[in-house]
Amino acid sequence: MSWQWFHRLGSPRWFYQKSSAWLPWLGGAALSLLSVGVVWGLGFAPEDFKQGNSYRIIYIHVPAAFLALAGYYIMAISGAIGLIWKMKLSFVVMRAAAPIGAALTFIALFTGAVWGKPTWGTYWVWDARITSMLILFFLYLGVMALSGAFSREQSGDKASALLALVGTVNIPIIYKSVDWWFTLHQPATLKLTEASTIDPSMFYPLITMIAGFYLFYAWVLTLHTRTMILQREGRTQWVRELVGASAPAKA
Amino acid sequence: MGSEAVEVSLSKKAQPGKARGVALAAYARVPGFYTLFRTELVLAARRRSDIVNPLLFFVTVLAMMPLGIGPEPEMLSRMAPGLIWVMALLATLLSQESLFRGDYEDGSLEQLALQPQPLYFPVLAKVLVHWLVTGVPLALLSPLLGMMLNLGAEGYWPLFVSLVLGTASLSLIGAVGAALTVALRRPGLLLALIIMPLYVPVLIFGTGTVQAALDGYSFGPQLAVLGAILAVAAALAPLASAGAIRISLEN
Repeated sequence: MSWQWFHRLGSPRWFYQKSSAWLPWLGGAALSLLSVGVVWGLGFAPEDFKQGNSYRIIYIHVPAAFLALAGYYIMAISGAIGLIWKMKLSFVVMRAAAPIGAALTFIALFTGAVWGKPTWGTYWVWDARITSMLILFFLYLGVMALSGAFSREQSGDKASALLALVGTVNIPIIYKSVDWWFTLHQPATLKLTEASTIDPSMFYPLITMIAGFYLFYAWVLTLHTRTMILQREGRTQWVRELVGASAPAKA
Repeated sequence: MGSEAVEVSLSKKAQPGKARGVALAAYARVPGFYTLFRTELVLAARRRSDIVNPLLFFVTVLAMMPLGIGPEPEMLSRMAPGLIWVMALLATLLSQESLFRGDYEDGSLEQLALQPQPLYFPVLAKVLVHWLVTGVPLALLSPLLGMMLNLGAEGYWPLFVSLVLGTASLSLIGAVGAALTVALRRPGLLLALIIMPLYVPVLIFGTGTVQAALDGYSFGPQLAVLGAILAVAAALAPLASAGAIRISLEN
């Protein structure tokens, strides 16, 4: 069994060069799925008999909330990989994932508020899911703040990776406790094990959007990681050759 | 003295399996735990302000509350459990910043980390002392403040018990944040930002205990959950703090 691929994965240079080939595919697939999903969901899916057209915000809200949670795990797992195998690249991925996840959490909260006004009659309710998303947003902000607080980059990497891991242990507890605390949000519509309570004509565009969001997330994460690699490795030979700087460039 | 007695009794109990007895004795001795615990306690007793300041903060801010929200007894009694709990949480958080600071600055934290023993027990000893000098006095003082805020008499006992259990968890969780930020020059606000979201479950079940008692229900389940949180925190938080201390020392 050869572990060479695994060690190669830890090299930012290798990743940068390989990902150049992936980027157009990822971006193209993400954008085409998203445009299909948006047109299908906003234009052709039937109107909800109770909520009218306002329900269509789920085509943004649900995928963003999915990715906000999944993104936290992606961030924490890459942080853990960095702590365990001391991989440079995984710390870069972790740092790149934090602002993207925070932005997605914000989108989920914002679209939820916009949807809440016509449906519940208020922008903000202290309900279990909204509150736990808000706490997730704070967890993201904490990781971002801590990673930026250290003057030495490696310490910031490790400290924020550890904080992300502690948060991972806490997320189920926070979720459950907030759930116990108060619940107004409707129960989860999509279930893996049971039949979902959504009509297929609304469900397929939603699935398309979720897949599109996943690809979009991967695309943005790769782009952000590549930028951070260039920033971090700015002093190495290959980056200088790449950006065509002959004189020692200072960012 | 105390730890030796424990060791003897444990190794006697584990006579049948001799290897296991030896291992148990090694754990029961817990190198340096008792010494460090006593030293910390003596240090805390000599620095009175460390004990008094969180309490003064607790009382002063709670005295501000009626000035801010008005002196109506009904409103105060409704808000009392939450107010007292949030203030206890803030007092714990603010006193936590200095948990490792002195030892970090005079180098003894480094010496502790250099010992050929896990950092788990030194961290546990320090947290235990922190809880004894902040959490327990806060809990002892809480019925008095409950009386001033017009809390129903049936809430005093649940408030005290939930604060005793809860502040121990708060100290343990906060220790992770204190360890992560010990190498930073001014960690105050950052510490609050990264630790507050992790405090959420304790706050929810702490106030839930008091509220249940006030509403005339049994508050056993909430206390049981607080105890479970404490058990998990006691097992995991010192591990995370030990890792965080090692990261901070590298900085």
